[in-house]
Amino acid sequence: MRRAFAILASNPLSLLGLILIGIILICAIFADFIAPFPEHRGAVVDFANFNQAPKWPHLMGTDLVGRDLFSRVIYAYRISLILGVVVLGIAVPVGVTVGLIAGYFGRYTEFALMRVTDVFLSIPPLVLAMSIMGVLEPTLINGMLAVTAMWWPWYARLVYNMTRGEKEEGYVLAAELIGASRLHVMFREVLPNCFPSIVTKMTLDLGFIILIASSLSFLGLGVQPPTPDLGSMVADGAKYLPDSWWLTIFPSLAILIAVFGFNLIGDALRELFGADQ
Amino acid sequence: MSPPLLEVHGASKVFRLEDREVPALLDVSFDVREGECLAIVGESGAGKTTVANLILGVYPPTDGTILMHGEPLPARRRREHRRAIQLVQQNPLSTLNPKRTVGASLRLALDVHRIGERRERPEIVATLLEEVGLPGDFARRYPAALSGGQRQRVAVARALACRSELVVLDEPTSSLDVLVQARVLRLLEELKPRRGLTYLFITHDLSVVRNFADRVAVFEKGRLLEIGVTEALFAEPEHPYTRRLISAVPVVSREEELVRDRLAEGGLNA
Repeated sequence: MRRAFAILASNPLSLLGLILIGIILICAIFADFIAPFPEHRGAVVDFANFNQAPKWPHLMGTDLVGRDLFSRVIYAYRISLILGVVVLGIAVPVGVTVGLIAGYFGRYTEFALMRVTDVFLSIPPLVLAMSIMGVLEPTLINGMLAVTAMWWPWYARLVYNMTRGEKEEGYVLAAELIGASRLHVMFREVLPNCFPSIVTKMTLDLGFIILIASSLSFLGLGVQPPTPDLGSMVADGAKYLPDSWWLTIFPSLAILIAVFGFNLIGDALRELFGADQ
Repeated sequence: MSPPLLEVHGASKVFRLEDREVPALLDVSFDVREGECLAIVGESGAGKTTVANLILGVYPPTDGTILMHGEPLPARRRREHRRAIQLVQQNPLSTLNPKRTVGASLRLALDVHRIGERRERPEIVATLLEEVGLPGDFARRYPAALSGGQRQRVAVARALACRSELVVLDEPTSSLDVLVQARVLRLLEELKPRRGLTYLFITHDLSVVRNFADRVAVFEKGRLLEIGVTEALFAEPEHPYTRRLISAVPVVSREEELVRDRLAEGGLNA
């Protein structure tokens, strides 16, 4: 673990990724202490300071009802990260289990499971999420549900492909010949060998989930006001470009930094795990 | 002559591919006697591995039966059959799970077959490792930290952990260098009487067979050409194919072997 960290830190790009994500995590976790105006995450109106350009104490300016944009970006990070963690927390176990079963059992099981997965994969993710959000109420919980529904198939396919390869390895045959149960072979023998790829994909995906959640809220289907969300902040501010540029630019930059940071770490992990084997 | 441990009666195996059928084994009958080492030789594609897989129960025969201790082995092997017949694979790189410690790989056999008390098992693992000539604390190591020869020793220990009766050795030394190969073979030779093992030794290396096997079965294109006591078969091969196989073996005279042994006991005895 320490060695992995040292390797990550020795590459300038991965180091940058670590720093960016470190800052975002600290902001999200300690939002209550870092945000200069914590109460501005909610429905606060301060017309005396509305639509101000960046200037102390409002580092990123204020929005149309006078709320501190910097505070709202920090709280939006918190919500995006919770969303990402919850989505992956459901999508990864589901996808991994489906992939393992399909890859290990093969034949009809594989056919049934992977065709269902293909159906999900063939629907454009945003369309699927929009239709789910259209049927259900556009709340944060439903947003998570929508993003989860389109995320697990990718893990199913990743793990399915890896399992098919690992299944041919001698150690799987050895475990089977010893008489180990299928559960043991799948979860204790094959799964640990898929871990590096799964962890790498999870890191990359955190960035993409933030992006897709923002896209949904941009369309008005995600997190609802007054809860701060990067996507809806960009959408609201876009009407006032280019004059009130801070309304759009800072939330957009926040999305960019998160996606960029997670991608850098994901790439670094991919190299790290690749070199390990 | 000892009684048969395993009998193969008229075994055939046909693999069905999408558009055709590939016969891999045709009406093969032989037996493996308790405590012997039966070598199965032949070129690639002769059906050696198919025989091994039928005996191990990887897949059932298309035709024929396999008996152990006189009782037919079912297509779906029960735990007891799994325990009794174990495999040492050819490729030391893939035979152990790279993400699990050597100890965990051995523990699996003990756990599945409920050998020893739960808290005794780490001790049993260490004993098994020492039995194959490895330090007991290798249990904490990952396969990446082991050489090819050491991995094959762990694979042998895994078979011992199951307290198996028949060990199928599928070219266990073919990917090791010559010195390591000799040491692993010596280990196998020592273990056989001590653990009361029977070996089914699959190889294409006839020079090893000569020193190692009690009997030899020669396979060609899915058929059993001939089977016999090693010395007799080498002295008077019946079949022209066997003769060709034997004539391809580099000849080592008794004098050369003595020189080799002296060398081995001297400086090279690492």
